[in-house]
Amino acid sequence: MCGIAALQLRNPLLHPQMGSLLSSMMCQIVDRGPDSAGLAVYNTPGLVSEGTSTLSLLGKDQGLPVAEIQLAIAGMLPSDAAAVVRVVGDTTLVSAAVGTDLLVKVVSETLPAATIIGRGEHVAVMKSVGHPMEIAAEHGLEAMAGSQGLSHTRMATESAVTAGGSHPFSVADDLCLVHNGSFSNHATIRRSLLREGVVFDSDNDTEVGARYVASRLQQGDTLEEALVNLGKVFDGFYTLVVTTADSMAVVRDPIACKPAIIAETDDYVAMASEYRALAALPGIEKARIFEPEPGKVYTWSL
Amino acid sequence: MVTLTAPETSTASAEEAAGTEQSLDSFSVDLAGSPVRDLNQALHNAVDGQSWTVTSPGGKHSLAVGINADVTVTVEGHAGYYAAGMHQKGDVTINGNAGVGLAENIMSGRVHVTGDASQSAAATGHGGLVVIDGNAGARCGISMKGVDIVVGGNIGHMSAFMAQAGRLVVCGDAGEALGDSIYETRLYVKGTVASLGADCIEKPLKAEHLAELGDLLAAAGRIDDPADFKRYGSARNLYHFHVDNSTSY
Repeated sequence: MCGIAALQLRNPLLHPQMGSLLSSMMCQIVDRGPDSAGLAVYNTPGLVSEGTSTLSLLGKDQGLPVAEIQLAIAGMLPSDAAAVVRVVGDTTLVSAAVGTDLLVKVVSETLPAATIIGRGEHVAVMKSVGHPMEIAAEHGLEAMAGSQGLSHTRMATESAVTAGGSHPFSVADDLCLVHNGSFSNHATIRRSLLREGVVFDSDNDTEVGARYVASRLQQGDTLEEALVNLGKVFDGFYTLVVTTADSMAVVRDPIACKPAIIAETDDYVAMASEYRALAALPGIEKARIFEPEPGKVYTWSL
Repeated sequence: MVTLTAPETSTASAEEAAGTEQSLDSFSVDLAGSPVRDLNQALHNAVDGQSWTVTSPGGKHSLAVGINADVTVTVEGHAGYYAAGMHQKGDVTINGNAGVGLAENIMSGRVHVTGDASQSAAATGHGGLVVIDGNAGARCGISMKGVDIVVGGNIGHMSAFMAQAGRLVVCGDAGEALGDSIYETRLYVKGTVASLGADCIEKPLKAEHLAELGDLLAAAGRIDDPADFKRYGSARNLYHFHVDNSTSY
């Protein structure tokens, strides 16, 4: 069992409330996965900015003082890159006005032990071990604005309870994936992705799903096509939510063992493992509420 | 081997009924400010004839479970998992949707959902009537053992799996593998059936079936014409072991 809560805000007037709404949803899914948690927030002022790449690094302590890291990274980038390193809760964010690939290279050279848990122009990813609401509070979710938010509370089954094994898995620019369930053939797919040169950060089954989706998108699939292909290749139980810079997708395995419920209004699309996570959303009484059909890919774009 | 348990149909004796002067009492519980456990305890303590209204359910789980008296309960809003589970005698109406396992193992009485129900609605139900005005998810009536189920909309895959007794009426369409490994149970579907499960076949709709279907639709407050339905049930080929299949095991 794991808990998922995801929110895409169609009405920009709701953007300032993104964090408080996502926090209220997440609060109701803690029971489903109390061992660790993760968050992905999109277009949150103060965390990411347009025209700038941001990397999210696991942990607040990278072994060097923040100022020193910033100096080292700035020294390796063009002078107008304006590199900034910040600590938000248990996450270190590195931003600079360069492409993500260059930033990843520079950060990997400066901090060889760092685990990059998020990358892109629009997304910041935060995850940790412990009570999900404490993790959310530590990162200041309640006060965050944004266009989309994704949260996951984990009850680990396939790999250890570690921050690195927490969801979301964000393995390509602005792409995040969370999973309730377990993939049974992940080791086989991991081997074939390794042969293609894909590099993994963890032993987690969900990371294989995220790497697979990223690989399909790189090969030209749309988000919907990538998830249809995932359904052909992956065996096991899953409800997945995948977010990109401007889209959100939901898919359940054809057996539909893992729950999902969606509420849609003119103002937002919200998805959660259980209805109680949606119950406090504004205008929920007039929302179109439905369970996603087994094996069907749903996508919404901003 | 199927073991059927007779539904609890006896109501309070005349003496007991006369002693319950508060039988016309109505109560209301707002779950925004009180725990589900207190509601359920109050419903277990309730006596025949009482009427209860539950507000602000907020999708909470295990609402109105284990009722064992002839009470009327109305839930104003959406319920979470296992609403009205293990239900006996009373009448529960949910004005909204219900989550996984609605009226699981219902023994008697009636449970009505005006919206949709998630998967495993009325699973293992022994008796009583479950009415879902909207759609029901996968595994509706799984292992049903005597319950009657009327669904106004569609039902998901693997519904009536290993069904043993009772009736399932679907006014919309049925998903994949309807009635897989069915022992008994009459399945009535008005719309299309995506596929029939192992040992489930279409059967003729005779006068007795039209009559019982008419009664079930009327009991559910529906105006569908029984003649528009098709009947499905057990081919009874899986009751006994066939030696020809020995190599399959």
